[in-house]
Amino acid sequence: MSTATETVTHESTEHGESHGASDKQYIVIALILAVLTAIEVSTYYVDFGPLFLPTLFVLMIVKFVIVVSYFMHLKFDNKLFSYLFYSGLILAVSVYVGALATFKFFLS
Amino acid sequence: MADTAVAHGADHGAHHTSTGLSNNKLGMWIFLGSECLLFGGLISTYMLYKGRVGEGPQPDQIYDIPFTSVSSFVLLMSSLTMVLAVSAAHRNDDRNTNLWLTVTAILGATFVGGQVYEFTAFYREGLGFTTSLFGSSFYTLTGFHGVHVTVGIIMLMALVGMVRRNRIPGSKAETVEMIGLYWHFVDIVWIVIFTLVYLIPA
Amino acid sequence: MAIIERPSTEVAVPGTPTVVKPSEALGVFKRPAATSSWKDWLVTVDHKKLGIMYGVAAFFFFIVGGLEAVLIRLQLMGPEGKVLSADQYNQMFTMHATTMVFLFVMPMAAAFANYFVPLQIGARDVAFPRINAFGFWCFLFGGIFLNTSWFLGGAADGGWFMYAPNSSTLFSPTHGIDFWVLGLQITGIASLTGSINLIVTILNMRAPGMKLMRMPIFTWMVLVVQFLLLFAIPVITVALFLLSFQRSFDATFFDVAAGADPLLWQHLFWIFGHPEVYILILPSFGIVSEIIPVFSKKPLFGYPIVALSGAAIGFVGWGVWAHHMFASGLGPVSVAVFSLATMAIAVPTGVKIVNWVMTMWGGKLTFATPMLFAIGLVVQFTIGGLSGVTHSVAPSDTQQTDTYYIVAHFHYVLFGGAIFGLFAGFYYWWPKMFRKQLNETLGKWNFWLMVVGMNMTFGPMHILGLQGQPRRMQVWTEARAGEGFFNLGFWNMIASLGSLILSLGILFFIINVVYTHKSKKVAIAPLDPWDARSLEWMTANPPVEHNFDSIPTIDHLDEFFHRKYEQDPNTHEIKQVASAEEVLADMNAHPDEHIHMPSRSYWPILVALALPIICYGLIYNRMLMAVGAAFLLLTMFGWAMEPATAPDDDFDPPASGEDGGHTKELAPLG
Repeated sequence: MSTATETVTHESTEHGESHGASDKQYIVIALILAVLTAIEVSTYYVDFGPLFLPTLFVLMIVKFVIVVSYFMHLKFDNKLFSYLFYSGLILAVSVYVGALATFKFFLS
Repeated sequence: MADTAVAHGADHGAHHTSTGLSNNKLGMWIFLGSECLLFGGLISTYMLYKGRVGEGPQPDQIYDIPFTSVSSFVLLMSSLTMVLAVSAAHRNDDRNTNLWLTVTAILGATFVGGQVYEFTAFYREGLGFTTSLFGSSFYTLTGFHGVHVTVGIIMLMALVGMVRRNRIPGSKAETVEMIGLYWHFVDIVWIVIFTLVYLIPA
Repeated sequence: MAIIERPSTEVAVPGTPTVVKPSEALGVFKRPAATSSWKDWLVTVDHKKLGIMYGVAAFFFFIVGGLEAVLIRLQLMGPEGKVLSADQYNQMFTMHATTMVFLFVMPMAAAFANYFVPLQIGARDVAFPRINAFGFWCFLFGGIFLNTSWFLGGAADGGWFMYAPNSSTLFSPTHGIDFWVLGLQITGIASLTGSINLIVTILNMRAPGMKLMRMPIFTWMVLVVQFLLLFAIPVITVALFLLSFQRSFDATFFDVAAGADPLLWQHLFWIFGHPEVYILILPSFGIVSEIIPVFSKKPLFGYPIVALSGAAIGFVGWGVWAHHMFASGLGPVSVAVFSLATMAIAVPTGVKIVNWVMTMWGGKLTFATPMLFAIGLVVQFTIGGLSGVTHSVAPSDTQQTDTYYIVAHFHYVLFGGAIFGLFAGFYYWWPKMFRKQLNETLGKWNFWLMVVGMNMTFGPMHILGLQGQPRRMQVWTEARAGEGFFNLGFWNMIASLGSLILSLGILFFIINVVYTHKSKKVAIAPLDPWDARSLEWMTANPPVEHNFDSIPTIDHLDEFFHRKYEQDPNTHEIKQVASAEEVLADMNAHPDEHIHMPSRSYWPILVALALPIICYGLIYNRMLMAVGAAFLLLTMFGWAMEPATAPDDDFDPPASGEDGGHTKELAPLG
């Protein structure tokens, strides 16, 4: 028997920490994203040599995770959301990388 | 299934649900999980075919990285304005909610406009939809993304109208947050596309 | 998309449940009110009504697909058959498979899931009732749209897996494949939205105390299936878009001259296609997992293992798709990897078979028709699974692939497995849905004719396949039929006769339904005719619109069973302490005071209607497409606007001061 009587919270209640960041922090995150994008774009102008692909991949993943974790709140929300979303993502990557592998895509 | 704790008040507007989480938000995250499979398929098709240019232009001959970088930046910033809209909605600040939603929509429209310009430029330079496998898969992938952005813009504008007339069924903040999730997803797909399609030449 | 609730204009009478009716003052147009006419079915959002609609439509398509099959078998019954030309034959096997997979088995499983999952978890409806209705109409309109191709120049003719470039306009110039592609996109929307709906429902709307490991096993299997649908449908969506862009706009995705690789289609299709076969079988596994314990008077052996093996099948099922492509030129490394993965997936399936058998072992078995069909599934699926294991061995599959041996395999698992499971479900749940039990004598005739017919049709196909009869073969001649025991002609004839016996068996089902409902002699069924175990039986026959007068609190797996029976702590004897009627009366003695139900709506059917209009426009007339798109936009806005200002979502907590059942709706996690 459920004994919990939840206090229903309404929209006007402050939810500072459960919403992750303040407006100012969001702007800082956006600036970080802008800097990362600038570095990405710089690979077009500057020769990164063998670091070209790794840099781009790392930057892509970092930007992805930042937007998902902070802007989409996943870091501060119930873990169930993370499991649901990341399982879709990991499944997609696995399955499509597998298919591309059969095309010998990664051997070039 | 994972055992997750029910955080009191973590999702205001959440009804009594077995997980304590709102139906709408859960539904949206699940939907976004499935969208990964959709865009993954389109991206893989592009990756397979990007080198097959036939008689037509090659990727590094046709891409205008400076231009696309600017429009990528615009889309990225629209995620910021979206988050500010959600923040305003949580504070019950209708005016700023609508302000930021509108700015987000404008930035999104700018991005789409940039895409349209880019596509017409490519077309004039010889890359049509049927020119080559590269052409077909490039336009299909970026086109699908563009359609998703456009649908997002329509939803944002509808949301602005509904906020103004107080016609949102259910929790206003939650609805704005839900649309925000969709918008951010469209942005992160672009983060992937920008790197894989544009910055890594064939 | 939230469930909309209008403020009540009624005064609550203490002691009786108040069903809150929508007020009519708000909204763009007046919202439909309840009526008992046929129109109610067009605007209903009630999961039970939608379940019945899914079931009726799916059964109709079953007959259509069955007729297509019989035509195929008549064509192959004798040498140099003249029943179908080669072109017609191509259309027939394509549409037979497409209809059976997408328009019968999947929607019939959806029918059971829609009707029973909310009941099994103690909910009043699904999470998004209007989207649920929308999904049904999408399925119906998509299925009809797909079949209009028969009358509009010819149906699709590329096989249900529609391999490119054979499916391009060069080789298939009629519109049949365009209808196929677009029709499946529409039904795909139904599956995808339905999956989101049911996942949220199962995760979020369980009754208090119903932890995940206390859910009925059918609900578990449905949950796994929804995740499979959620992730698999987008993949075929991509494939269908690529094919339709090629056919309609001359894209080059599968144009070999332009450098395309035909294997792209095969990968995309089978990445969807393999999870799809688990989507087809798991609901039936769930149904028989409910039935076998009831008719063995024993709890399901190893419930957690059965639940988790279902999840394991769902998970590993993503890693085996290229076993459909062993002969396509993948190369030895890929083939070896997928061969091993495919062998692995036999394990969780075998585990289930063991669990069902162990449930029956030592149980007090009764063989009513539901149990017969359930045992039929166990036996026949095992046979089909064994031939499946032989396919997993890539070298032997190289001989088997594209022969009738494969046809035998998948019909054993799909007909002998999935369809027998669905029939078991019909007989089991009929009294709950329709207040009468189907006749047992007719049921036994139905069952045995289907068993004999099925095995006579598909058994010989093992021989035919290993003797070299290829799939999709339109005609055979005496000269090439071979001699003696392996004469292909002989076994083809047996198979065709078997298909007629099978059809007779299905006819007996229809006769049973008609007889049960037309005859004055058939009594109203008792509440709990089978002495069942799970929550959906703790309701009226049929359940009231709001399902439960009061939402029960769950303390056990098989909660209903535990309310009827108790175990004496000293003697360990299990004794009945309450009848089903007493359990129900006890539950209804304290009804919830405020019961919020979702309201009827005409937007779901209208939005769904826009889709085939757009698709006809894409094929025939771009203006029509624009009209359809505009209609879609308008109806979607109408939906979003409905209603105007209801501040509360459905299932919201009442304002403080009201008590009643609401605080009971939160179940602890776990």
